[in-house]
Amino acid sequence: MFEILLDATVRAGTPILFATLGAIINERAGIINLGIEGLMLIGALAGFSGTYLSGSLFVGVIAAFCATFIAGSIHALITVQLRGNQIVSGLALTMFGVGVTALFGKSMVGLTIVGFKRVAIPGLSQLPFIGKAFFNQDLLIYFSFFLVFMIWFFLYRTRWGLGVRSVGENPAAADTCGFSVSKYRFLAVTVGSGFVGIGGAYLSLASTPMWIENMSAGRGWIAVALVIFAGWSSPRAMLGAYLFGGITAMQLRFQAMGTTISAHILQMLPYFFTILVLVISTHRLQKGASQQPEGLGLPYDREDRK
Amino acid sequence: MTDIIAIKNIRKTFPGVIALDDVSFSVSRGEIHTLLGENGAGKSTLMNVLTGLYHPDSGQIQIAGENIHFTSPRDSLACGIGMVHQHFMLVPAHSVFENILLALDKVPNFYSRKKYKEKVQKLIDEFNLDLDLDTPVWRLSIGAQQWIELIKLLMRDCKLLILDEPTAVLTPQETARLFNVLRKLKEQGKSIIFISHKMREVMEISDRVTILKKGRSITTRVRGDFDESKLASLMIGRDKVPQWQKNLQMSDEIVLDIQNLSVRNDRGLSDLDDFNLQLKKGEILGIAGVAGNGQKALAEVLTGLKNTNQGRIYAKQKDITNSNARYSYVAGIAHIPEDRKTIGIAPDMSVDENLIMKSFKSGSFRNWIFQNKKAIKRNAEEKIEQFAIKSGPDGTPVRYLSGGNIQKVIIARELSEKPAVLVALYPTRGLDIGSAGYVHKVIADGADQGMSTILIAEDLDELLKLSDRIAVMFRGRLIGYVDPRNTTREEIGLMMSGETPGEKV
Repeated sequence: MFEILLDATVRAGTPILFATLGAIINERAGIINLGIEGLMLIGALAGFSGTYLSGSLFVGVIAAFCATFIAGSIHALITVQLRGNQIVSGLALTMFGVGVTALFGKSMVGLTIVGFKRVAIPGLSQLPFIGKAFFNQDLLIYFSFFLVFMIWFFLYRTRWGLGVRSVGENPAAADTCGFSVSKYRFLAVTVGSGFVGIGGAYLSLASTPMWIENMSAGRGWIAVALVIFAGWSSPRAMLGAYLFGGITAMQLRFQAMGTTISAHILQMLPYFFTILVLVISTHRLQKGASQQPEGLGLPYDREDRK
Repeated sequence: MTDIIAIKNIRKTFPGVIALDDVSFSVSRGEIHTLLGENGAGKSTLMNVLTGLYHPDSGQIQIAGENIHFTSPRDSLACGIGMVHQHFMLVPAHSVFENILLALDKVPNFYSRKKYKEKVQKLIDEFNLDLDLDTPVWRLSIGAQQWIELIKLLMRDCKLLILDEPTAVLTPQETARLFNVLRKLKEQGKSIIFISHKMREVMEISDRVTILKKGRSITTRVRGDFDESKLASLMIGRDKVPQWQKNLQMSDEIVLDIQNLSVRNDRGLSDLDDFNLQLKKGEILGIAGVAGNGQKALAEVLTGLKNTNQGRIYAKQKDITNSNARYSYVAGIAHIPEDRKTIGIAPDMSVDENLIMKSFKSGSFRNWIFQNKKAIKRNAEEKIEQFAIKSGPDGTPVRYLSGGNIQKVIIARELSEKPAVLVALYPTRGLDIGSAGYVHKVIADGADQGMSTILIAEDLDELLKLSDRIAVMFRGRLIGYVDPRNTTREEIGLMMSGETPGEKV
């Protein structure tokens, strides 16, 4: 029972984990991206189409990354190059994603592919309790583990990462040290968007190997909230994503067991917890434990006089 | 002497403002060249052009006789130009190590943490600084942050070092230490552009002085060809400095009594720590201390903008601890804030409206729930006349006034209800000498009429000139009082770095 629940937790949490990681990269460089929901949909459709047309799951994942990389560059162009309003641009990106995937996804509705298969890691998958849930999964889940570590390493142990963080905290300081603010911000937005796209692709290639209109169902918004819960750190994003995965898995389980609680109430739970977590984490922020990048949401203009 | 850099006919405009207008000067190898000018004369703008942050509209920068065009700070760094900015270019959330690493040249993308930590530690040891590499910068004192900025500059192999008011947050002793470093660099053949408005420092260290006035370079003088008064008169030109006379009329009546005050800031650190202060009627009490040692918190607590964690404040025996800003004002405390544009005024509203902002509720400026435009206008005309405010055409938003005139608007408003106590936080920061003189005059005249002033300032000369008593603050504590007539800058300097003096006053 516990193992099944944990397994379902990881599978439900992974798309949100990818999306949260992508959003963290965006926000670490100081750019708010509210287009996560739209990017997930674009990633899901691109991943599905890529796999359907080529017959290769790998091609599908690459297609999802590239499509959202390009979609993310619209946001980057508006917010970094043109110094536009990040909130408006992000919301527009979500609406664009919803619309464009509904339009181009029409021909993909009802088609099927063979999705990602479980690959047991010898040895580790035999561990009691957690072995099955964490090490008898598909390749994308293993990739998400790797990505959590990679992003932490990148941000805290490489000079590039120092640049990304500095650009998000105090762009003027990075600029006067010779770092190109626009280059770092642009790449953070596009690469981060690419990882969000892989989260979308997980939905259409692993969770349910098909394309359904609007299949992200608000997971992108949960990711936006989770960034704050995670305090802009990738290991804590993993914790947060699995927390929501766990609530989702549990409510599904309740439904399967045939409780008398209305299914609508149960389906509401993960979203309800989003609100709860946001209230708690912002309350903590006010108490001075803020890890929010100081330059978050502020366009950088070198010649701006304060 | 060979010029390592020459600036020719630089012009730079911002929307509505000509910041630089035909500026030329040059720096030779191994010289300390001072840029002198009032605030708003264009010193910082010019340096930002030199470091590639601003693009000039016209004019040339020549390095070793060749025209150079900077597109970003990176180009300027590549030419060996480094700068310590007046507003720190530090990342407060990052550690000391990361801040210095950010500025280090040629760090590989995958760097060895151990190797670079050793390297940075060695740099810090060279300056005898007691800094922990892993402390986030926001936890450090402003003085320590200034040293980190200096280290960032010094470890790069720069040919030309620009220091924009580096001494503003240093004690006199630290300044002397910095000057020794600068002289050593000069001997090594490096060139330094030094910006300060403290005349004493300019006289001490400069080889040449170039004077900027209203965006133009007026003249360049070689050492020996200038003295303090000459520089001052060149800098100010024909502007008149208001004259005032200081009388000693301090009584023994205590108007403000602060007892055991403790205030913690948003980050949980102590801004004020068991702080005591007594203000007498008609007294000008100067507060000396390096910026960031609790002065701001003191002003904010006194004016009700911040709550206390412990301790009491009495104004004329009335307990005003933790009352709101309006109540504090009614209790007789007026406030000239540090940041006049963001806290002092509503920048987009007119002068008339800003002048009544503290008394808009009073019957004289309203008819039932509507504004009494006539009375507001009459009040503005009176104040503009009385305080000689250059306010521009009717209804001009205050933001378009010069710093000095904005300050006059604030003073006119704050003094309109005849306060018993004025808390002035850096009231002359960023003002030209004429306007600063005006602020001094208002404070001195106020004292004549029995107003007590807490004057928080960073320029010791200003404090010594104006105050009846000087209280010295360090790390949120009162170190002691000194009498401005029989103290020395050195004594105050020692107290500013936390050393308790022998019995005085």
